[in-house]
Amino acid sequence: MSRKVDRVIISPSPLLLIHPSRGLIDEKFSVIVQHLPPFIEITLHALIHSDDGDLWEAFGHYVSDATGLVNVDSNASLGGTYDGLEPMGLLWSMRPVPGSRLGLRLRKKEVNTPVVVTISVYRGHMGQGFNEQTALASVVAERWYMAPGVRRLDITEAGVTGTLFLPSGPGPFPALLDLWGGGGGLVEYRSALLASHGFASLALEYMTPRTSGDSTSHVGNEYFEAAFTLLKQHPQVCGDRIAIVGLSFGASVALGMAVYSTVIQPRCLVCVSCSHVQPVKGSLSDVFADISKYVHNIENRVIWRDLLLPIPTDPTKKVDMGKLPCPVLLIVGEDDQNWPATESAEDMKQMMEKAGNSHLLTTLSYPGTGHLIEPPYSPHVRVSNFMMTQTRQKILVLWGGDTAPHSHAQEDSWKKTITFLEEHLYRTTSVTSQSQL
Amino acid sequence: MFPKELLSSTMAAISPLLSVKPTRGLVDEKIQIIVRNLPARFPVTLHSLYLSEDKDYWEAFGHYTSDNRGTVTVSEHASVGGTYEGTEPMGLLWSMQPVPGSRTGLRLRKMNVLTPMVVHISVFSGHVTEGFSKQSPLATVVIERWYLAPGVRRIDIKEDGITGTLFLPSGPGPFPGVLDLWGGGGGLVEYRSALLASHGFVSMALEYFSTEKNRASNLHIKYFEKAFRIVQEHPLVMKDNVALFGLSLGTSITLHMAAYSKAVSPRCCVCVSGSHVQPINSPFKDVSEKFQENGSKIRVDEDGCLIWKDIILPIPTDPGLKVDMGRIKCPVILIVGEDDQSWATVESAEDMTQMMRAAGNEHLLTTFRYPGAGHLIEPPYTPHVRASNFIVQPIRQKVTMLWGGYPKPHASAQEDSWEEILRFLQQHLYPSQDSVPKAKL
Repeated sequence: MSRKVDRVIISPSPLLLIHPSRGLIDEKFSVIVQHLPPFIEITLHALIHSDDGDLWEAFGHYVSDATGLVNVDSNASLGGTYDGLEPMGLLWSMRPVPGSRLGLRLRKKEVNTPVVVTISVYRGHMGQGFNEQTALASVVAERWYMAPGVRRLDITEAGVTGTLFLPSGPGPFPALLDLWGGGGGLVEYRSALLASHGFASLALEYMTPRTSGDSTSHVGNEYFEAAFTLLKQHPQVCGDRIAIVGLSFGASVALGMAVYSTVIQPRCLVCVSCSHVQPVKGSLSDVFADISKYVHNIENRVIWRDLLLPIPTDPTKKVDMGKLPCPVLLIVGEDDQNWPATESAEDMKQMMEKAGNSHLLTTLSYPGTGHLIEPPYSPHVRVSNFMMTQTRQKILVLWGGDTAPHSHAQEDSWKKTITFLEEHLYRTTSVTSQSQL
Repeated sequence: MFPKELLSSTMAAISPLLSVKPTRGLVDEKIQIIVRNLPARFPVTLHSLYLSEDKDYWEAFGHYTSDNRGTVTVSEHASVGGTYEGTEPMGLLWSMQPVPGSRTGLRLRKMNVLTPMVVHISVFSGHVTEGFSKQSPLATVVIERWYLAPGVRRIDIKEDGITGTLFLPSGPGPFPGVLDLWGGGGGLVEYRSALLASHGFVSMALEYFSTEKNRASNLHIKYFEKAFRIVQEHPLVMKDNVALFGLSLGTSITLHMAAYSKAVSPRCCVCVSGSHVQPINSPFKDVSEKFQENGSKIRVDEDGCLIWKDIILPIPTDPGLKVDMGRIKCPVILIVGEDDQSWATVESAEDMTQMMRAAGNEHLLTTFRYPGAGHLIEPPYTPHVRASNFIVQPIRQKVTMLWGGYPKPHASAQEDSWEEILRFLQQHLYPSQDSVPKAKL
């Protein structure tokens, strides 16, 4: 927008302040606009340039008060990508800008750098065309997955591939084995964030086809045992205080390992959006092969949850939860369209009640929440692109969930996850399952 | 340092959870320090460590005892010993001192504002007073303290004979502006301007007392008027909303310009630790020369530190020797440390008030006096020093200058005055809600 020479300027631009301007991904921030005229309509807008080069945005409609102030902590959004009193709505309600490629998901690959968010104030209640207007004010906020002092180490030893994040300080630290889902690859950001909370965390790569040899030769039980052992023996890790955090397929792996492996003895488990249904005897590549053979027949948006239903009664088809030796936190999205998390959780509970170890089970169940329950304030997507690891086929997967409840679930479950891990890995007086064996 | 097995058993006994928030903050933001998972009623020491740009180590520490739940919350619990005492949420930052064995006369200043201060906060077992580097802490967290918010731009200014650094807030503007003037120590000191820009002001740090011998000529009012215009005329600045901000000699210049300049009119003035006493009809370089001339009035304390305070005392009655405060037409905020040993700022403030009262413009003046505070009243939470090395310009004489002040009251003065200064600048550089908008370009 060009400035006319004779334009009359009466006042400076309103003052927009974000605090903290450099925060961790899971920290709340405050957004305050001052020196607006009183009782005017404004739009608060957030913009991110993703690592993949896509633009994501969110916006909320506000009205300044008598003193010309808007404060997201105390003023409700009247519309936009979120509404109501939602201090963090500008982050969690983000979605790709109009005209973007389909099926995007916002994930940070480079954890050494922050997510950079531009927060702007626009005059009036706008719903589109933000890039064609000059904002009244604009500031930049950084959101980090890594706290200062957290160390990132590439791991390629003992046949294990992953990234280890160590908290700052002398250590040694309790540790986590961090397992993602069937999407494969090496996903670091959750481990970086967990290390920022005081846990040594190993993000494990276990589902990436190799270009040579058997494409899933490393997806065997021995691989996870090697990873666990590597952590146990690491000089900066307390070998007797290791837990497993898993999402989706990774959580199922965690359950299986905790019950059947003699090498893997976690202090506790956090299992997000998972099922205990799996062919117990076979290796994990068998599990995966089992699932992929169904995909060929399904077009468009793949809804996978029905593939594992009904929950089998045949014990060889599911992990024997009655033998689970350690506390487990189950996090379930009730609108999970990818895995039958609710049904599985119910069945797991029944199995454990029957076996007498249900005191180890804590379940958090969230209505309106889908499959991808991640650290808070990152945007929810109901559908996204997915590449089948073995066949390299590209599909659109329905994850489920509605943005507002899903985002609240991410915030609540993350807080409780950290508390649960602190309880079992830091507290000296916690009674662990080991003593019950 | 310790075998892993021993550390493991120590971990099994005491594995505290130390959290400091925010982990990356602006220098004037408060931090919350909480230690959890200690045994109940357990003595610990909280310690901070900073390696300065000059490669000196600075540290602070406080002695605490955990409560019945094994928690220490610094904002609620009192330190019972260390470099600070009492309930002091920011004590680990403002009470820092050079570690034992350091060089003398140090002052902590961040000259490169593009990088943060990196501080290590640790918790040690027991009440430790020395030898921190020889022990292993129970836990450590690293935090960053920034003078620059993300998105703030730093621009070198070298035009028309003016040398300075301009800091621009992010966003389309327009913004109010500040010309930022430091004291007789000279050089180009950027951090206060960087911080002001992080609060939404375009701010230029001006170099006017450079260490190069041939630069004495830049101490003429025209130099400062040019610098002020550079800020005013910047496309992102509201030209009628530009303030002058001075410390020490910078205050002398600020008051002179506000009273006598025909070329510039500041919207308001911030005057920290300064005085209106100066020879009016000569260029500014005479001010510092006058200081040398009155050498007989310079006292030396028992440690060999120079006390400059008496140089301008008694406050002259001769109007040719002080700024005519009755001529000032804009709001002025005066920040005064009552233990200032470098300039007689208390006496000056009293005289300024009387002059303005007599002239009928006292309503423009707001004064904040801080008991126990010294001369160097800076943005908050950086450590206070009572004396430090100083090079007297332009003769380049090395001395140790007594600034005055004591750690706790000086830290409180810095915290409170910064808040008042920001509020003052906001009040006068942004329109008030009930003022009639003026149609002015």
